[in-house]
Amino acid sequence: MKFDAPATFNPIDRLKVVGRPTDRIDGPLKATGTAPYAYERHDVVPNQAYGYVVGSAIAKGRIASIDLKDAAAAPGVLAVVTAQNAGKLDKGEFNVARLFGGPDIQHYHQAIALVVAETFEQARAAAQLVRVDYVPAKGAFDLAAAKDAAIKLEPSFGGPADTAAGDFAGAFAKAPVRLDATYSTPDQSHAMMEPHASIAAWDGDRLTVWTSNQMIDWGTTDMAKTLRIGKEKVRLVSPYIGGGFGGKLFLRADALLAALGARAAKRPVKVALPRPLMINNTTHRPATIQRIRIGATKDGKIAAIGHESWSGNLPGGDPETAVGQTRLLYAGKNRMTAMRTAHLDLAEGNAMRAPGEAPGMMALEIAIDEMAEKLNLDPIEFRIRNDTQVDPEHPQRPFSQRQLIECLRIGSDRFGWSKRNPAPGKTRDGRWLVGLGVAAAFRNNLLAPSGARVRLDDRGIVTVETDMTDIGTGSYTIIAQTAAEMMGVSLDKVVVRLGDSAFPVSCGSGGQFGANNSTSGVYAACVKLREAVARKLGFNSPDVAFVDGEVRSGNRSVALAEAAGERGLAAEDAIEYGELDKTYQQSTFGAHFVEVAVDAATAEIRLRRMLAVCAAGRILNPKSARSQVIGAMTMGAGAALMEELVVDKRRGFFVNHDLAGYEVPVHADIPHQDVIFLDETDPISSPMKAKGVGELGICGVGAAVANAIYNATGVRVRDYPITLDKLLDRLPEMA
Amino acid sequence: MKSFTYERAASPAEAAAAAARIAGAKFIAGGTNLLDLMKLEIETPAHLIDVNGLALDKIEATADGGLRIGALVRNTDLAADQRVRRDYGLLARALLAGASGQLRNKATTAGNLLQRTRCPYFYDTNQPCNKRKPGSGCAALGGFSRAHAVVGVSDACIAVYPSDMAVALMALDATVETVCADGTTRRIPIAQLYRLPGETPHVENVLESGELISAVSLPKPVGGAHIYRKVRDRASYAFALVSVGAIVQRDGTGRVALGGVAPKPWRVAAAEAELPRGAKAVTAALLADAKPTRENAFKLPLVERTLGAVLRDARA
Ligand SMILES: Cc1cc2nc3c(=O)[nH]c(=O)nc-3n(C[C@H](O)[C@H](O)[C@H](O)COP(=O)(O)OP(=O)(O)OC[C@H]3O[C@@H](n4cnc5c(N)ncnc54)[C@H](O)[C@@H]3O)c2cc1C
Ligand code: SF4
Repeated sequence: MKFDAPATFNPIDRLKVVGRPTDRIDGPLKATGTAPYAYERHDVVPNQAYGYVVGSAIAKGRIASIDLKDAAAAPGVLAVVTAQNAGKLDKGEFNVARLFGGPDIQHYHQAIALVVAETFEQARAAAQLVRVDYVPAKGAFDLAAAKDAAIKLEPSFGGPADTAAGDFAGAFAKAPVRLDATYSTPDQSHAMMEPHASIAAWDGDRLTVWTSNQMIDWGTTDMAKTLRIGKEKVRLVSPYIGGGFGGKLFLRADALLAALGARAAKRPVKVALPRPLMINNTTHRPATIQRIRIGATKDGKIAAIGHESWSGNLPGGDPETAVGQTRLLYAGKNRMTAMRTAHLDLAEGNAMRAPGEAPGMMALEIAIDEMAEKLNLDPIEFRIRNDTQVDPEHPQRPFSQRQLIECLRIGSDRFGWSKRNPAPGKTRDGRWLVGLGVAAAFRNNLLAPSGARVRLDDRGIVTVETDMTDIGTGSYTIIAQTAAEMMGVSLDKVVVRLGDSAFPVSCGSGGQFGANNSTSGVYAACVKLREAVARKLGFNSPDVAFVDGEVRSGNRSVALAEAAGERGLAAEDAIEYGELDKTYQQSTFGAHFVEVAVDAATAEIRLRRMLAVCAAGRILNPKSARSQVIGAMTMGAGAALMEELVVDKRRGFFVNHDLAGYEVPVHADIPHQDVIFLDETDPISSPMKAKGVGELGICGVGAAVANAIYNATGVRVRDYPITLDKLLDRLPEMA
Repeated sequence: MKSFTYERAASPAEAAAAAARIAGAKFIAGGTNLLDLMKLEIETPAHLIDVNGLALDKIEATADGGLRIGALVRNTDLAADQRVRRDYGLLARALLAGASGQLRNKATTAGNLLQRTRCPYFYDTNQPCNKRKPGSGCAALGGFSRAHAVVGVSDACIAVYPSDMAVALMALDATVETVCADGTTRRIPIAQLYRLPGETPHVENVLESGELISAVSLPKPVGGAHIYRKVRDRASYAFALVSVGAIVQRDGTGRVALGGVAPKPWRVAAAEAELPRGAKAVTAALLADAKPTRENAFKLPLVERTLGAVLRDARA
């Protein structure tokens, strides 16, 4: 189905199932521990052996020699695989560094060997016996030091490296009120609970991998490419995923090495990456340095806005697209944005929840707060004065929907913003300095083709199959809701099967595009199935209705089960998009409100309240959507207050490579969270009239925290995370 | 993890004798620290002596009005004991500020005392670390050292000692009771249990080969306000950046011990004499010989400010 004109009334608009708060259909499996995750799929194939990955001990250089004798002779060892004995390997399209390193080493903990043994313990013990002699080489690990040599690289996603409109330099120089400030965000780890894990089994020349992967088709393609075999020989199965956040978008070492280990050991092999390898071996959100310049008239209109960002990556890696939102969020005639990429020899930087916007909004929305203060304006009012209903770089392109002002106003009322004392450092509550902060939320709505197959059987059961994944987001449930709505059945009559490369290719999970696109694909397939049902029954008038498990036309009505007949009916289709996202700018909007308390003595920062107001198209399932937003707010709080992969700039690796060292919020850090969804439908986006919401919730929240800390203490911290040592010497004098 | 042999000890004396006799033997109690270190081959005992079956899990009153805490009393049980809560509030508070509920259910009194540093380079066997591999160097010096010690350090090691419980025991003048390999017993004041790193950071305490901790005893209660203030980057489940354990009497005298700043729980007699003069004077004496790195110099003002807050709370 080609979607190339705005949606009109369709069966989804009945909202009998879609749009209602619905419990996750996979909830009981998750709560009882019976949802099968990759590493625990003991049942799928017998005789599984265990692989343990050896990671490089240096960040850059060469392996002079590698001695496998002791490891191979250790108890239980079945095979030791290295890049030398694994056969010729290609590199995946989506991989920057090779997944199997050696003799050249491209980054710390790059996989250099896999030890396969009868038990996990034997494999792990033998892995320590692999002896490697390295010839280290000098690498670049310090973004600040490499920044000046950074080059212009066009990103693979997220628009061009540079944009400009009007005369930024001239207008900025002339503006009566100006801000020129530099911000930084650190490297971050996805830190999802389930590690990268895979079980691989060969049947002749056919490979099956039970794995944990957000993008089944990308993974299948790259597995085939890396192994230099036909894609049709590879099957990936990933029905349950214990979190991904972008860390599982690609083929990673666990899957590839499991396949190679299984080939060498002639047995199925399972491999999971230990936490340190998740951090130094896979991808991470790269650090940024961002310079923002804003010039405004005295009445608070932005005349010039410029945003530059520097990030690092291995050669061939992308920039972090941290300036993207600045192209779209606020009005202003004269504008410039630019991204520069420095060569760094750390592991590959790549997508993490809201790549680009998450770190970009952390900087931009502090800058807006600073600018409002310079103008003596309330930060909400400043944002409202600079709202735009069109893409400011291309004013002929309107937004399909844009309710930023509504989000800010509603949030302001609900949160009690009017009670905020605009003078920083002046509100005390016992030992605490208290402050309120606000930030806009912004994340683009991305469109991607997505396919599905639907079958109707003679019991009236509708089965949906698509390679879409559920990474804990609720895909199973919204897909079931979509099929139930379309076919006029209740949820218990729908079976959803996901995450298998044998199913039609979907958009996958990423970029908050999963929900809208995958359900639109299911919508398309259901439209075809409805046609097949009607055709079979000879109902060809346009008044055919699918209601309460029946097909009705005029005064005839037939049960779906009966209509399906013994052989059942099936249909397959995919949603594809026309030019609507060129004619219109499609984005999601919100407002974050945060109250913090800062200990006046120790500068410990504690969140007290959080509110997000979101305008993100139709909310397919308010319950799972709310979970997405509060999860994102939590992740944003982590980014604001504690998350940082610390680079050892001499040795070239992330030092705090476990969950004891890389702190993410615990329950005690997260206060009461409220989420409000505006009643919105966006017919430009898709037949579902929905957009994404899973990443909107993280965009801006960090800056809202930072702005609240400023309001509480009068200390402006521009380098994340905002830890107490950055406030301590500047706190207001104690009474 | 290297493979190892395992036995359950029948008595404290046999456990101590076996530990001295068998090369590479180690005791295992809750295992919450030791097993993690074994998985990474930071500790590679050839033989484990499980002490969990020893009847060392009681908390008893002593003749002089104090308490004797068995080496195997779990952190959760110790923190919940009525006598501890009433008379040694500092200890209960320090325990509850540590780790998580699940870990405290497993963690034992002796295991907690002997837990090892959380220095990230100590945990990565690819990195030089004098504590893990004597003579290999110290990667934390000149590296990531934000959480490291500021006082009592050496050029060989700046690791910080992580226990919260031990900070309280230090302020409470606890005594560690042990059973030696030859069956004799010793009483070691906790102030003498730990060694500073010097040139030998891998030697962390004065226990001898095979020496088993059987109990920790507390002298009779000293009264006063018991405050444990732990400052960290997140609200729970994190090690201290700094912590202050204080017992403050009505007349303004008292005791202060620090966590998060030194290779051992840190207490300086001369500093306590300064208590009536306030936090600045006490801190100056506590951290007189501090040698912070650029990354952890903030701990000095943080100690002073935290102690100031503790003393204000004590007065209130
Ligand atoms: C994620 C995490 C977070 C934590 N957070 C904190 C925190 O915030 N604050 C804090 O204080 N601690 C914290 N801890 C550490 C925790 O308190 C210790 O792991 C625990 O107290 C160790 O006790 P155990 O009985 O498990 O020791 P084990 O691991 O069994 O043993 C530790 C050491 O003690 C030795 N040993 C054990 N018993 C005896 C004995 N009777 N005689 C002689 N030697 C003995 C062992 O040989 C070993 O060397 C944390 C731990 C983890 C894993
Ligand atoms: S500080 Fe101590 S434990 Fe850490 S690397 Fe240096 S020697 Fe090892």
